[in-house]
Amino acid sequence: MSRLMMGLVGMLAAPAALASKWNMPVGVTDISREVYDLHMLIFWICVVIGVGVFGVMFYSVFAHRKSKGAKPADFHESTTVEIIWTVIPFVILIAMAIPAAGTLMRMEDVSGSEMTVKITGYQWLWEYEYLDSDIHFYSRLDSESDKARQLDSGIDPTTVDNYLLEVDNRLVLPVDTKIRFLLTANDVLHAWWVPDLAVKKDAVPGFVREIWTKIDEPGVYRGQCAELCGRDHGFMPIVVEAVSKEDYAKWVASKGGKTMTDAVVDAGTPAATAPTTGAGALYTDKENAVDSDKPAPTQVAQASAAAKPAAAASAELSKADLMAEGEKVYGHNCAACHQPSGKGMEMANFPALIGSPIVTGDAGVQIKQVLTGKGAMPPFAYLTDKQIASVVTYTRNSWGNDTGVVQPAAVKAQR
Amino acid sequence: MSHAADHHDPHDQHGHHGPATLKDGFGKWAMRWIGTTNHKDLGTLYLWFSFIMFFIGGAMALVIRAELFVPGMQFVDPEFFNQMTAMHALVMIFGAVMPGFVGLANWMVPMMIGCSDLALPRVNNWGFWILPFAFTMLIGTLFVPGGGPAAGWTMYPPLSLQTSNAFPMLIFSIHLLGISSITGAINVVVTILNMRAPGMTLLKMPLFVWTWLITAFLLVAAMPVLAGAITMLLTDKYFATSFFSAAGGGDPVMFQHIFWFFGHPEVYILILPAFGVVSTIIPTFARKELFGYDSMVYATASIAFLSFIVWAHHMFTAGMPIAAELFFMFSTMLIAVPTGVKVFNWVATMWRGSMTFETPMLFAIAFVFLFTIGGFSGLMLAIAPVDFQYHDTYFVVAHFHYVLVPGAVFAIMAGVYYWLPKWSGVMYSETLGKWHFWLTTIFVNVTFFPMHFSGLAGMPRRIPDYAVQFADFNFIASVGAFGFGFSQFLFLYIVIQACRRKGEPAPARVWEGAHGLEWTVPSPAPYHTFETPPVVSDAEITAVHDEPARA
Repeated sequence: MSRLMMGLVGMLAAPAALASKWNMPVGVTDISREVYDLHMLIFWICVVIGVGVFGVMFYSVFAHRKSKGAKPADFHESTTVEIIWTVIPFVILIAMAIPAAGTLMRMEDVSGSEMTVKITGYQWLWEYEYLDSDIHFYSRLDSESDKARQLDSGIDPTTVDNYLLEVDNRLVLPVDTKIRFLLTANDVLHAWWVPDLAVKKDAVPGFVREIWTKIDEPGVYRGQCAELCGRDHGFMPIVVEAVSKEDYAKWVASKGGKTMTDAVVDAGTPAATAPTTGAGALYTDKENAVDSDKPAPTQVAQASAAAKPAAAASAELSKADLMAEGEKVYGHNCAACHQPSGKGMEMANFPALIGSPIVTGDAGVQIKQVLTGKGAMPPFAYLTDKQIASVVTYTRNSWGNDTGVVQPAAVKAQR
Repeated sequence: MSHAADHHDPHDQHGHHGPATLKDGFGKWAMRWIGTTNHKDLGTLYLWFSFIMFFIGGAMALVIRAELFVPGMQFVDPEFFNQMTAMHALVMIFGAVMPGFVGLANWMVPMMIGCSDLALPRVNNWGFWILPFAFTMLIGTLFVPGGGPAAGWTMYPPLSLQTSNAFPMLIFSIHLLGISSITGAINVVVTILNMRAPGMTLLKMPLFVWTWLITAFLLVAAMPVLAGAITMLLTDKYFATSFFSAAGGGDPVMFQHIFWFFGHPEVYILILPAFGVVSTIIPTFARKELFGYDSMVYATASIAFLSFIVWAHHMFTAGMPIAAELFFMFSTMLIAVPTGVKVFNWVATMWRGSMTFETPMLFAIAFVFLFTIGGFSGLMLAIAPVDFQYHDTYFVVAHFHYVLVPGAVFAIMAGVYYWLPKWSGVMYSETLGKWHFWLTTIFVNVTFFPMHFSGLAGMPRRIPDYAVQFADFNFIASVGAFGFGFSQFLFLYIVIQACRRKGEPAPARVWEGAHGLEWTVPSPAPYHTFETPPVVSDAEITAVHDEPARA
């Protein structure tokens, strides 16, 4: 009830508190400001027309009522009047169309781009590839929000910083740079939308769409997937962190040239969830990789010691290590559908893994299915050999399943 | 007029007492409704079916609003939430609004043009009785393994192809709905073009008849396109075609083009009959002739034509050439011109009239006001560069609910109140009607107005949970939705009372300023009307304000 009162009071206080909570954000690009201005222009034109038309209508409702003794007039059919109220709106429309067409053409002009990021939508995460600097990572809902958003989690969303609008790995971009995005999707339609950049475009599997932005101010800008993409459509946010060109160069240097694993690009420091802006929130320090969803620091160290992930992948791992890693990978990638209990969801036709012929049968078949997907199950080829081996081992030895260990080499062989 | 012979159908023959009632035994009564070919019976069936679907679709909406009451997941799984959003739309569009208007057309078109029944009465029966089976199958998908369709009513592939056992049921039920709509539409066209009473030329027809004629053409043109689209989905899923899969040379966006080539005319199918109802009611209660009858007809026809060349404004973000984006932006903006003509004409009709505010008029005025707000947000959405910000947000949800709920649904309610005394023979309670109007109008705004704000602030549609900054708007919207939903039980009560003949007997000309052939027959309208064509007097065609009240 107090929330209702707050809401009602908020509504009454609207003009005073007219911030982005009530209206479209002005944003931080030239385009977003143009879009905002167009939005407000059309809004005010509608308001003026509305006041005029409704003013006449309500005056008529109050003045021309039978109870006040109004006698009906007899006028009707006037070609002149009909022409007037056809032509005037037409002229207003042309006045709106001209600036709108200009803005639209500027939005579609990707020429002169200084860098390119390829964005791929998955059910339900984003993949970012910096084509110029060979940086590549995945970005998904951060673990705090992910825990709180489970049915009956018992966690109050208001206690979670940036609930549903925080990711594990942010898209770090330089300011004052024309950035081209190449958008595609791997499974179903998604749409990449950041309101502050006034950028929204569908990601279509099998096709590449181009959009661009040029951010003026450093800061953190949040968005969400805007095209229904299945069960967890509401849970694949986008976080752009715009930094100065110098800080961006430092960030690239700390990432550049590395083969991608989740352990290398990591933004899971506690600071990442704070609503900070600017360069202060850069996470270049690998030693801070303590996010529970990531390999433990010791494992990072091991991987580093092994120099190349490929080498690490070919090493034999103990069942205990595989199970521990597999549980994390499972929790992040599989549990949404197959459930933490492995029982699946009959209602959504997500099969149980307990006693499943795939999981208890030939390991090669299961690895292939994880790599290539099947039906509603997306391909998980972007996971490392070790992660896939771990999660396959985990599913084959949990909940009463007991079908032996799978090593990363077996996954590598199937790629 | 050879069609008059259709009335000697055996099902209509129940002795001199007319149609079977429950007093004749349940079996006879049931067979009367199952076998009926009478346009009034079928109109009643359509309207009751629409009403039931309105409550079922409304219950689904309340599941959605309950989950969105506060942030966090409290009641349902996200997958079930998606099933609710998809099913709510399908049930409301195909189950509530379309059959609602078909019911009004069944009842009123023959009585307005002075013929005894629709041209094809058995087809009419068939068209209705497909619906309960189609919707049993559609709603039945919620109970099969995998649950109902969860890819939105738009069924965009590839997501819709992930639907499990519900998929073939969904496709088959939509095919059935299409058959029902097409048969109904053909019936309306044939009836209006062939069976008008002598003297009723096309440009003397009541506007409700005109808007339905144009709607019927839209249905005949659009529904087969939908059938084609969903058949391609079916073959993509089960017969290894790849119309919509890039892997096989297809394109998922092609589905969107085909779907919206149906879908945009579809939204005018939902609103044009509403224009007709409102254009009938406002002159009655303003006691003044519709300001520009001819221009209303031309505006309706223009809107219908434009509806076929604007479809891609639903998919500005899907990616298309700049020239196409500009074309669809300009063509969409053009719709504002004929729509504006309509609104101006309604206002000009009220101007210097002698207005009274019975429940149908209240709903009609609310329609003009609130539908126009939906029209304004529609104009904003037409501006492609700004649409990128609005698209797939709650701003769009607010827009189309403003044109569909206080638009189409209010028009159906206005029509029901307007003609209920003619159907039942008794006046409904004006006090309860006004209560229903004010509760509905207040709550519909409490529900949908805040959605403009949450959408502009960045809340995407079709999400089961949201960031906490959207909490206040969602809380208010949910309160409004429950208020709106429960207010409709009052409407149900009012209608049931009328069906039970509780109320003052209604005269033939129920409303002082009403004109049209339907008011020349007694209330309740006899089972068979205009078995011999009436003489159409100018007085019944053009509204003359000094017509004697309550004949």
